[in-house]
Amino acid sequence: MYFYVQGEFGMTKALISVTGLDATGIIACVAGKLSEMNINILDISQTILGGYFTMLMVVDLDGAGMSFEEIDQHLQPVRDRLKMTIHMQRMDIFDAMHRI
Amino acid sequence: MIETGEILQTMRMIQEENFDIRTITLGINLLDCSDQNPQRCAQRVYDKICDKARNLVRTGEEIETEFGIPIVHKRISVTPVSLICQGDPKPIAKALNKAAEDVGVNFLGGYSALMHKGSTLADERLLASIPEVLSETELLCASVNVASTRSGINMNAVREMGEIIRETAMLTAESDGLGCAKLVVFANAVEDNPFMAGAFCGIGEPECAINVGVSGPGVVKVALESVRGQPFDVLAETIKRTAFKITRVGQLVAREASQRLKIPFGIVDLSLAPTPARGDSVAHILTEMGLEMAGAPGTTAALALLNDAVKKGGVMASNHVGGLSGAFIPVSEDIGMIEATAAGALTLEKLEAMTCVCSVGLDMIAIPGDTSAATISGIIADEAAIGVINQKTTAVRVIPAIGKKAGDRVEFGGLLGFAPVMPVNTMNNDAFIARGGRIPAPLHSLRN
Repeated sequence: MYFYVQGEFGMTKALISVTGLDATGIIACVAGKLSEMNINILDISQTILGGYFTMLMVVDLDGAGMSFEEIDQHLQPVRDRLKMTIHMQRMDIFDAMHRI
Repeated sequence: MIETGEILQTMRMIQEENFDIRTITLGINLLDCSDQNPQRCAQRVYDKICDKARNLVRTGEEIETEFGIPIVHKRISVTPVSLICQGDPKPIAKALNKAAEDVGVNFLGGYSALMHKGSTLADERLLASIPEVLSETELLCASVNVASTRSGINMNAVREMGEIIRETAMLTAESDGLGCAKLVVFANAVEDNPFMAGAFCGIGEPECAINVGVSGPGVVKVALESVRGQPFDVLAETIKRTAFKITRVGQLVAREASQRLKIPFGIVDLSLAPTPARGDSVAHILTEMGLEMAGAPGTTAALALLNDAVKKGGVMASNHVGGLSGAFIPVSEDIGMIEATAAGALTLEKLEAMTCVCSVGLDMIAIPGDTSAATISGIIADEAAIGVINQKTTAVRVIPAIGKKAGDRVEFGGLLGFAPVMPVNTMNNDAFIARGGRIPAPLHSLRN
């Protein structure tokens, strides 16, 4: 599984990681919220590790027209509802660390 | 393309292995704040810092949130105060501390004097004020450069610093001598160091600059777990790779901070800075290499390898590397060093040997409260000699624990940690320190 980092010029990419106990409708719930904010999903990987649901999503934040902090706040109801850890961070950090 | 495994590795480094950016330090030139009237000078200093650093903490926090990497401290370093004060330096000290409080930074460094060749009137006034200033302020850090490879060792300054360290310890005895944790004596001090207590904005620096200090001994330790029993070639290579990754993030944070604050990027300091937290120790990297504890025979070689490999890995990851860049070996700020000291494995003499190959010097070492000023000066002179002859930065940050003896414990809290009081050689050196004058610069200072 690979994630593309280099996008179109000016694209602000972020990684959203979702981890916690598996349940029905996790992807739907997260994706629904992102769609509501006009955030495009560029890539997605999901697996179950020892009963734990682990999902990594690469998204383009630019469509949302909101600050990083505001987007993160909008994810709070999803966290509360699913009772899962949802972490969002800029994709640049992975690119910096692993690519020359 | 980034692989899932690489993403998880980065997340693990941050969440489990204590990888963080230790500090974004904003260097601010204060030369234009000088004034004959100390009060007016203090006001100018306060105004300039508040103006230049008003967005520093908020920007640091934004980067922290967006990139998901902790930035533990936001700090300020300023022009050595002895260069701007034309009278009493105490009002400036108060203004600096107040400015640091008001902009919300964790520390402000630069209550400093550069007297490696001799002292000015302003240097003398600043030195005399250090004990009182450090006992009355919380965020201000002081440093004094007493030696350089180019100019030799100013033994008058060395003698004075022994007395000033003792006096500072006495005035802050209630807090186990906390004032001395904010005071460092240098040889070959660097102008762009983002780390405390020795950060100041050197006179060759621009108006303002962003300097970033990385950390991450825990990450190196974990990486080395995967090469147990393998030869040193593999060990060095593993450290280099890890240092590269750590430094790339430092560079990213520095670039981001520089862009957002519209302040030029200065340097990334490659230092491995430990904290007292478990899993964040430089000493434990040494034990991972096969030593029972820091201090065991082989420790100096292990540290030399670590220090060199960190630089080699890091230097490729940033376009400007500077500061102290290497492995720090503070005692009270490193759980592995604390344990080694408590077990008697680590002595002051072994630490002195280690400072020949680490990034700085004798750091955060609690010594018995009855240690004489001359003995402290002797420790400073030895350390300065190592720096001057080997053309490296060395430093002394010792804390005389007033009313305590070897084996007792001092507690500073936070990143400064805690430590057992370390015994000191008490052979008399009064006549040596009383000589004063200047130890001439070594032959290899003549490089032109």
